[in-house]
Amino acid sequence: MKVELQNLTKIFPSRNKKEGGADVVAVNNFTFTIPDGKLVGLLGPSGCGKSTTLYMICGLQKPSSGKLLFGDDDVTNLPPESRGVGLVFQNYALYPHMTVKQNIMFPLQNLKGADKLSKDEMLDRAYNVAKIVQIDELMERKPSELSGGQQQRVAIARALVKMPRVLLLDEPLSNLDARLRLQTREEIKRIQKETRITTVFVTHDQEEAMSISDMIVVMKLGVVQQIGKPQDVYNSPANLFVAKFLGTPPINVFRGEVKNGKLHIGDEIVMDVKGVADQEVTVGIRPEGFILKADGPFTCNMQNVEVMGRDVSIVSTHECSLNETIRSIIDADNDVNPEAKTVRFALKPNKVFLFNKETEERIYVEEK
Amino acid sequence: MANNSMVESRHPWKAWVYLAPALVLLLVFTVWPIINTVRMAFLENYSGLKAAGGAHFRFGIGNFKKVLEYKRFLQCMKNTVIICFLTVPISTMLALLISVALNSIKWFQKFLQTVFFLPYVTNSIAIGMVFAAMFNIVGSFYGTENELIVTAGIINNVIEFFGGHAVNWINYGSTYAANITVMVIYIVWNALPFKILILLGGLQSVNKQYYDAAKVDGTSRRRIFTRITVPLLSPMIAYVVITGFIGGFKEYTSIVGIFGENMGPADDKGRLNTMVGFIYDSLSTNSQGRASAAALILFGLILIVTILQLWVSKKKVHY
Repeated sequence: MKVELQNLTKIFPSRNKKEGGADVVAVNNFTFTIPDGKLVGLLGPSGCGKSTTLYMICGLQKPSSGKLLFGDDDVTNLPPESRGVGLVFQNYALYPHMTVKQNIMFPLQNLKGADKLSKDEMLDRAYNVAKIVQIDELMERKPSELSGGQQQRVAIARALVKMPRVLLLDEPLSNLDARLRLQTREEIKRIQKETRITTVFVTHDQEEAMSISDMIVVMKLGVVQQIGKPQDVYNSPANLFVAKFLGTPPINVFRGEVKNGKLHIGDEIVMDVKGVADQEVTVGIRPEGFILKADGPFTCNMQNVEVMGRDVSIVSTHECSLNETIRSIIDADNDVNPEAKTVRFALKPNKVFLFNKETEERIYVEEK
Repeated sequence: MANNSMVESRHPWKAWVYLAPALVLLLVFTVWPIINTVRMAFLENYSGLKAAGGAHFRFGIGNFKKVLEYKRFLQCMKNTVIICFLTVPISTMLALLISVALNSIKWFQKFLQTVFFLPYVTNSIAIGMVFAAMFNIVGSFYGTENELIVTAGIINNVIEFFGGHAVNWINYGSTYAANITVMVIYIVWNALPFKILILLGGLQSVNKQYYDAAKVDGTSRRRIFTRITVPLLSPMIAYVVITGFIGGFKEYTSIVGIFGENMGPADDKGRLNTMVGFIYDSLSTNSQGRASAAALILFGLILIVTILQLWVSKKKVHY
């Protein structure tokens, strides 16, 4: 089932209009088609409208304007129960007084009329879905007797049991500890692949989104910044916000200037940038975009070196840097002298992005 | 650890000094009266006056026998039990509905909350007098069958406005059923605010996401109420039911509020008396032994009912 968002907008009216409070535009003109059977991550910092978008798809919130289609059905004005969506809440919202089995069967017991199931059919479906999420041995337990990861699976099972057309996950991993998070995100990916249900999930954790999504949507203050495959978005961010938001450690940002097709940072000419008009720019360099080179064109002041097994992280400073420190990751084979005063780098052109100083939009450099 | 116990044991008497004011008050006004009540209940022919005169009395269960043989006491017990088993379920159910309704509205919520809370801060004798006036019949009423009943109470006015017949609620010649009806309405109304307060507090602490989840699953309102709201509120419901029963067994002031010290209509004084009323009456006639025995019987009843409720709630209440 493909999901189509057409100019979806949500405006929350101001609480204190008399005192001149402005309306809050939580989601602004969101247009996007979620392809059938894909896993899509809505990504952004808190307050960016990603949860509101999810709730609009779910039907718990009504869009102020715009349309929402599931396949060819217009569901914009349908209540949640008629849309065929399954929603997994951030804190799972499992009914604490019911066993796992009762929790999973609860949505089935609500079915009416022609959809009504016999008790055996309900049990059958509950056990089937429990097997998919691997909790079929916990069916008689209460949620309080389960670990966070198990609760999460129960919540997914409860959402899946009515065979929804679209599965929605609200910050599915935020309540889990680091180790469980890794495990569960693979689990979600597996379940999604197995059931082939179009899935939308919301997260503020870019790593989480990058690792399991088929596509990610980066949002900021209600406005979609970029949509694409995770790697594409990472490799070619559309603006400074996206560049900064994706990647750990985060991208290093510098003040720079383009003169005669050369990029200057401070006094140094660090790179050729063909086809870019002369102007002041903001430069983003990914941590892995640095190459340690004794006669490299880019000189930074060495601060310290962190060896992390596989690779080495050099922390340095530069007068033009907009971050406090510059973090560059290089191969551990390189011999770095932490006592040195300065460190010199060459830059990988495909890891260096130029942005307009005012609009922060990307300035694309011609390929050689 | 060793260090710790050193600190603890250095001046153990200090702790007792600090505790003394509270302990002394508790001993004098709570512990001793309880012990003395038990003692007096088992002392036959005991009365404050006789004791002062050095009369002889002996231990035995005579007081209990006497109390249980008393027709008046059995009537009091019946009244108390009827009032309990009618008012507690009704007021709990009403409070539940009202608090769910209050919780779901946005407009006037604070205002209505205040309205519902008013009986709690109003003197129950005063409320009783107002109720008595509302259910009253004023006029020349002699109780003969041919007498025209002149109604002035607002309740009878309303009944007659809708074409019904005026009912003699609480006056001379009224029936027991009419009396109990008035009492139940009054006690329920009086008990609502506390219950609403507790249940509304419980409702407001229920995570809203349970309702969102239910909504996504297309749960009907009734099922949301019975399968989600009530179970999640069950600890509070158990609390208001248990305290409601304890309060109900101790019912006394509301009878006084409506019927005055007669504890019943003028032609049948004491008809609506309760167990606490019986204890009070016994004390005022200097029958401390009987009063103590009745108090222990009341205590036993409350204990049994509470244990039963705790036993039921262990199975039904989700914490």
